[in-house]
Amino acid sequence: MAIASKSGNYRKVKNSLAKWVITLGGISVLFTLVLIFMYLLYVIKPIFESAKVEAHAQFAITEPQKVLSTGVDELQEVAYSITQQGTINFYQLVDSSRYKAGAKIHSQQLVADGEKLVQLVNVGQEQKLLLDSAGNVQLIAPNFTSNFDSGERVIIPSVRYPLGEAFLPVEENNVALKKLSFAMDDEKAIFVGFTQDNRLIKTSFIAEDDFSYDTEFEAEYEEIDYSAKYVDDILVTPDLAMVFIREADQVAVYSLDEESELKATIIPQLAQNKSSPNHITSMALLSGGSSILLGDDNGQVSQWFEVASKEGREFKNIRQFKVSDKEPITAIYTEQFRKSFYTETPSGEMGMFYTTSEADLWRGQLHQGNARAFAIAPRADGLVIFSEQELSIFSVENEHPEVTWQALWQEVWYEGYPEPEFIWQSTSGSDDFEAKFSLVPISFGTIKAAMYAMMFAVPIALTAAIYTAYFMTPGLRRKVKPTIELMEALPTVILGFLAGLWLAPIIEIYLPAIFLLLIFIPTSVFITAFAWHKLPRAYKTLIPETWAPIILIPAILLAGISAFALSPVLELYAFGGDIRQFITNDLDISFDQRNALVVGIAMGFAVIPTIFSMAEDAIFSVPKHLTSGSLALGATQWQTLVKVVLLTASPGIFSAVMMGLGRAVGETMIVLMATGNTPILDWSIFQGMRTLAANIAVEMPESEVGSSHYRILFLAAFVLFVFTFVFNTLAEFIRQRLREKYSSL
Amino acid sequence: MNNWFKSGSPWVWLSAGGVSISLISVIGLLWLIASRGLSYFWPADIYQFEMTDEQGINTTVIGEIYDRENIPTSQLVHLNLDLDTSVESIERLLIKTGNRELVSLDFRWILVPQISQQSLPEDLVLIERRTNGNFYGYIENIILDGRTVGLEKMPELVERVSEFQAEMEELQKVDIGAINYQIERTRLKERKHKLDETLTPELQLEFKNTVASLRADYEVLEHALMGLREKISRDQIVMRAMDGQKVTINFENILKINFNNQLTLFGKIKLFFSQIGSFISDDPREANTEGGVFPAIFGTVLMVLLMTVIVSPLGVVAAIYLHEYAGNNALTKLLRIAVINLAGVPSIVYGVFGLGFFVYMVGGSLDQLFYAETLPSPTFGTPGVMWSAITLAILTLPVVIVSTEEGLSRIPSAMRHGSLALGATKAETLWRIILPIASPAIMTGIILAIARAAGEVAPLMLVGVVKMAPNLPLDGNFPFLHLDRKFMHLGFHIYDVGFQSPNVEAARPLVYATALLLVSIIVALNMTAVSIRNRLREKYRMLEH
Repeated sequence: MAIASKSGNYRKVKNSLAKWVITLGGISVLFTLVLIFMYLLYVIKPIFESAKVEAHAQFAITEPQKVLSTGVDELQEVAYSITQQGTINFYQLVDSSRYKAGAKIHSQQLVADGEKLVQLVNVGQEQKLLLDSAGNVQLIAPNFTSNFDSGERVIIPSVRYPLGEAFLPVEENNVALKKLSFAMDDEKAIFVGFTQDNRLIKTSFIAEDDFSYDTEFEAEYEEIDYSAKYVDDILVTPDLAMVFIREADQVAVYSLDEESELKATIIPQLAQNKSSPNHITSMALLSGGSSILLGDDNGQVSQWFEVASKEGREFKNIRQFKVSDKEPITAIYTEQFRKSFYTETPSGEMGMFYTTSEADLWRGQLHQGNARAFAIAPRADGLVIFSEQELSIFSVENEHPEVTWQALWQEVWYEGYPEPEFIWQSTSGSDDFEAKFSLVPISFGTIKAAMYAMMFAVPIALTAAIYTAYFMTPGLRRKVKPTIELMEALPTVILGFLAGLWLAPIIEIYLPAIFLLLIFIPTSVFITAFAWHKLPRAYKTLIPETWAPIILIPAILLAGISAFALSPVLELYAFGGDIRQFITNDLDISFDQRNALVVGIAMGFAVIPTIFSMAEDAIFSVPKHLTSGSLALGATQWQTLVKVVLLTASPGIFSAVMMGLGRAVGETMIVLMATGNTPILDWSIFQGMRTLAANIAVEMPESEVGSSHYRILFLAAFVLFVFTFVFNTLAEFIRQRLREKYSSL
Repeated sequence: MNNWFKSGSPWVWLSAGGVSISLISVIGLLWLIASRGLSYFWPADIYQFEMTDEQGINTTVIGEIYDRENIPTSQLVHLNLDLDTSVESIERLLIKTGNRELVSLDFRWILVPQISQQSLPEDLVLIERRTNGNFYGYIENIILDGRTVGLEKMPELVERVSEFQAEMEELQKVDIGAINYQIERTRLKERKHKLDETLTPELQLEFKNTVASLRADYEVLEHALMGLREKISRDQIVMRAMDGQKVTINFENILKINFNNQLTLFGKIKLFFSQIGSFISDDPREANTEGGVFPAIFGTVLMVLLMTVIVSPLGVVAAIYLHEYAGNNALTKLLRIAVINLAGVPSIVYGVFGLGFFVYMVGGSLDQLFYAETLPSPTFGTPGVMWSAITLAILTLPVVIVSTEEGLSRIPSAMRHGSLALGATKAETLWRIILPIASPAIMTGIILAIARAAGEVAPLMLVGVVKMAPNLPLDGNFPFLHLDRKFMHLGFHIYDVGFQSPNVEAARPLVYATALLLVSIIVALNMTAVSIRNRLREKYRMLEH
């Protein structure tokens, strides 16, 4: 008895254990789906988060002299200030064993005693150009080296002199300057300045070898033809191509090539009312150097860049940002590598914006209107503000400013383009590149490819399903159905390869044949059918009508062969010998070898078995008594099919088409191999496309983990996921309903 | 006629046309792949064409006929050829001329009207080489160790070289590979101790000694390899190419020498099968455009097996839950929707998920925890065969579930009730009665899953497939199965060679052959699955009565 109950217990435990394990296994399927969904969302989420700016640290530091500029090292451990007297002071920002946070760790005098700095030009985020009252300049770069000597990382600040330690004269005759701007690359450094005697001068230092390892150069002096009493701002673009000179409300643009000639004058249309006319108050160069930003005293910032128009290239006002209602914009600060900028008003209100996506990222008050110097951290993840009594560090969380819902789905005016457009162009060789992340062209491509595939697949799959389910003898059906379904098992990589390397060249050569087939095949079917109809009865019993699909095979093959044979003839007489030239020249449609037609046919083949199989099931399972009733009432086979069977099975057929569409939308390899993968917006059957799925396959392996590009590709996958989820769930729902209906019939 | 239309018969025929088109396309597609794929292995005739061009210059072209096409005469007019313009189109032949060291392109088009004479000389040979592709020409001389010898020595010399090559390969890949692997492992062990701060001077010395002794072994093997290299380059063959140039080819570079034009039908069949054999068992050469596909077959099979191990229990358990345990409630409905959706989600989405979740998140964490010594170069935090198998397991999960469930639903409930009535618990009934009967259905599901996984490429491109893997994921070095390695895959091989290779024209036959191989595997798997399923249905039908 004891043994029996022991084994009984053991069996019970085993039984309930099995139940738990199996239940867990069952639920894990749901868990997997939810996990995929949640993980995709988790990766996407950061791109739609708004930017955050938070106070990180504040130190009471009183500089005796006016601070002209500030900055911080990459890891935000040491900040510095450069004062009007030409002193650079480095301050520790985090506690270390040697210094407490806020301590001055190094100080250096950059100019001779008694000398004062007139202006300080920020060159990128790392270099500063100092201009003294005598019109001499010195380029410095605060330098931070880390040292691991004592087992702890110690940052040692110093100053580097990329153009040498000596102060250099900018004006040929040593005339002092009122304003100066500067930019340089490895071979050339250009200064554009406005002298005390009101001349605009351009000075170029041409490197003897390369500035990155040799500071030897030759100076060239030039004067630019410009007359004004005063200039407000001068900005030289980092690529040394242009200089912008602002005098009150107008900006002159000079090219900096051999002859410095006037390219354009920008006169912004300011909101004018007579009592208080508005004025430009600030100007800044956007990262990449092809756009300028103008801030006015009405609280607006406008972006301008050069676009090609009918009258040649001209500067256009691209977009505006309303920063403040009443306060003027005193300063605009731009990031070095991204198209983000910060605005500042006299009361200390600051805003963060991104031009391409027109994103209003953040607004807030970072100081009381008493800031002396402002700097963005090298990685754009922090801000440094030197005000009268304190040094404040703010941390910035702004990883993906270029992505907004509008930028993804609406037309965007990109730099250098004549008008707003939908463009997908995620990467390029250069650093100044403005990434173009519009999902419209690739979503359009997805829909286009799916549509052409469905146009090809639906008629064939549905007619085949109707015949197989309703007219075919069971014996033949048992053979035909698995054969067509075998097509579903064919790897799409093979279909894609055949489409790209075998079908595409054939279609290119025999294009007229494809269109002839559209006429020839139905005609041949009708002729064969009519011939069979007219056949003497004796023969009819020999080859019964139920063999129609087999009888038609030679007829259709013959139609195909004749279409291909007639193709060159038709091409010669109707299209002047070369249909490709006819299409490109006479119809003015561009022709790609790997086009939507090829994709439609190839992907159509991949989709046919899906639609066929499900539609066939739906038609086949229509209860037999419905058809028998209809036939008994005298309806013909065809009438019964159209009026009874198809009507009853229509939800099932609809769900079959839905499933097919779902498959066509997500198909990757065929589209990847059978199109040129160009993201264009064009319905033309003779042009290719780029789909969401192919785009992921092409770009995912190269995208940097965690970057905006990476997350947008995840978004594309998420869009595909949601799209197919909706279609599949809908189709499954309809199918369930239909099954219940049939069983109640 | 009107009555005929009214009867609806033409429309019935039109719908029959849909079936015909589908059948034509399936069979046509399979036939296309089969014929193109098999013709790659069939020994081609080597032609010698005497050509006379428009300036009356005579040239000789030797090679295989690769393709032929008709082009309209109008397209050739601008070439100023001396052609009969009354003919509408002219035939031209694409000739594979090989001899890559003499001409930059190993293909050339010739116009049929310019051929003055065409022959199949018996003593033309085709030399298959390790590098530079095929060589077509006449044998001038055979040089054995500096002396000229007769033609009869040739097979012996080819055999000798191939033995040496096999020996060298063994040395390089297996022995030297193992030593390199051990040196690397010792380095990593040392680094691990260093990171854990347990590196004592004794240990350090031990590691140093191990490396030193491995290095010594390496020297010995290296020396042996050098010796073989010297031996292998002993003999040469002097060939005369189509333009009369003499070319000396070293035997070490030769794989096969065939007199294709002398072959009898039997000889051709023999060569045909030996070509298929070497296609399946050889490594690829010349940036995958020549040679065999063995690593791709191996990679595909290994990945699919790993996937099967993961997907089978999961899929079967889920199906059992759905059919035997789940009540008729909202959760079950949700589960069914989940299964349908898992089947419908585009495969590339699985790839994206696999890359983000498995590779970067799970793999990255594994590296931090267990493989800190190799960082920053990732071990599991990079695409590899294990992540591919897991990703595809999720992808094929619904296939196994649907098929198993179908099998379960065909088992008459009388069998369950009988077992339960005799006092068996539910688990016992499942284990002893249901699963054995359902096992063919489970097999069907697994086979279908394998077929699906073997043909899937898009997700693998993200989670582990590469065009050229230096090492197989399975080798003689502990722990033998390297789940972190990348692998080659037949489907990706097709994509890569067909679309990314530098010489697509030359590689195309190989792509067809690979496609044929893949299609035959998948069609065979599917047919097996379908026949198992059909037999099962018959069996249950009998059980029901």
